[in-house]
Amino acid sequence: MRVLPVGDDALLVELASGAEAEALHAELLRRRAAGLLHAREIVPAARTVLLDGLTDPGRLASELAASVVPPAPPREQAAVEIPIRYDGPDLAEVAAHWGVPEEEVARIHAATEFRVAFCGFAPGFAYLTGLPPRYDVPRRATPRTAVPAGSVALAGPYTGVYPRSSPGGWQLIGSTEAVLWDHARVPAALLSPGTRVRFVPVGPVGPVGPVGSVGTS
Amino acid sequence: MSDRAVSVVRAGALTTVQDRGRPGHAHLGVPRSGALDAPAAALVNRLVGNPPDAAVLETTLNGCALRPRSDVTIAVGGAPCRVTVDGRPVAWGAPVRVRAGTLLDIGPAVSGVRTYVALAGGIIVEPVLGSRSTDLLSGLGPAPLTDGTVLPLGRELVPHARVDVAPQPAPPAELVLRVTLGPRDDWFTPDALRAFTSRIFLVSSASNRIGLRTEGPALERARSGELASEGMVLGAVQVPPAGRPVVFLADHPTTGGYPVIGVVRAADLAAAAQAVPGTPVRFVAVRRR
Repeated sequence: MRVLPVGDDALLVELASGAEAEALHAELLRRRAAGLLHAREIVPAARTVLLDGLTDPGRLASELAASVVPPAPPREQAAVEIPIRYDGPDLAEVAAHWGVPEEEVARIHAATEFRVAFCGFAPGFAYLTGLPPRYDVPRRATPRTAVPAGSVALAGPYTGVYPRSSPGGWQLIGSTEAVLWDHARVPAALLSPGTRVRFVPVGPVGPVGPVGSVGTS
Repeated sequence: MSDRAVSVVRAGALTTVQDRGRPGHAHLGVPRSGALDAPAAALVNRLVGNPPDAAVLETTLNGCALRPRSDVTIAVGGAPCRVTVDGRPVAWGAPVRVRAGTLLDIGPAVSGVRTYVALAGGIIVEPVLGSRSTDLLSGLGPAPLTDGTVLPLGRELVPHARVDVAPQPAPPAELVLRVTLGPRDDWFTPDALRAFTSRIFLVSSASNRIGLRTEGPALERARSGELASEGMVLGAVQVPPAGRPVVFLADHPTTGGYPVIGVVRAADLAAAAQAVPGTPVRFVAVRRR
């Protein structure tokens, strides 16, 4: 664990792996809930946890550097199930990367239990981990100007679902009707860091027409 | 004409509703948002007797025009500008009583970028996650104003402040931003670090509520490769591959994948919000408090 100061009242804790970052995040949430830690923001990411709005970052930095982080406790609540159609326009490209037929991409993806490693990019956008490293895929060389809301996509080690239409460079493998973000709902985000997620296939596997060609919005 | 509301007659280039923002949701990808020049927004609220978290209007460069549907006390601050009611000049930087049905015109900024308009009772559009701020990055909160929009106002609570004029800082002729280095200053060459803290940059016209973009020397990286996405704080100076520093302002993304060379002191960000394109910028390295 490496603790880096950020400005005057924040710390960035760097860890060896995503799993360690997840464990530290869980431990920091526990400490905050117990009143042992005062932080305005606790933001987990790929291999770091950011703590912002700290009253005494120097003291916390020494405490963290000296502490041992217990492994993240298993989540009690059931996995969130997201219905998915494996109909994305990049399904064939992902299948080629993986060296399997398109139906097998769907089978492998739907058989995986994911966890929300962190959120970002847009409200409600969650970076889901769970696929083994051999299924990593690169981002598209040219990002799409418009990815439809509900698109299920892969990039690097992550799966994500676009909460609303936006530009994006991830490989689209499917689509869902699930509402990822609704600020009138409590909680507004369907997925938050640590949530377990499963994709439940509905309908046949295979891409539909092209999306997000240049010039659309 | 007795309902507590104002009609937007001229929305201006970009006028948004802003309060102190929605901190505490960064882990869900929700930016803090809020008034870019927070001290100016707080001052105009004080002048009309509003609590500090009341929502105000933030205009950009060319002001806006409003027609109140009931008598209301207003105050205008931030970037200085001409303020008129039915064409007659009234005070900037002080409370002004505006009659129902008259036209309140907030003119273009004479200097600076962002003018703040507080209306007694505050703008009471529906809050999202506890804030009425417009967040341009993620589209949370009310949309930027358009002509014809009607904004509801709260009840006036206390008498307005008894001042003729409140002193406010002038927009900067040169923007000096105190910066603590890190957390990713080790991604840059010693030459780049020297250039960052000694050379003059200019405020780019591509700046917005998300970030103050700069033009100037390109900062060279000491290492290649991609940084894994990590959390970003307000005031973070992120350096994209082209090498020109971007200072993250209120609507900044909550995580990002470009290295942060340093972090600007929060107290200096109001001046950054008022720096017009072309303003010289100096990043001055300071020790952590």
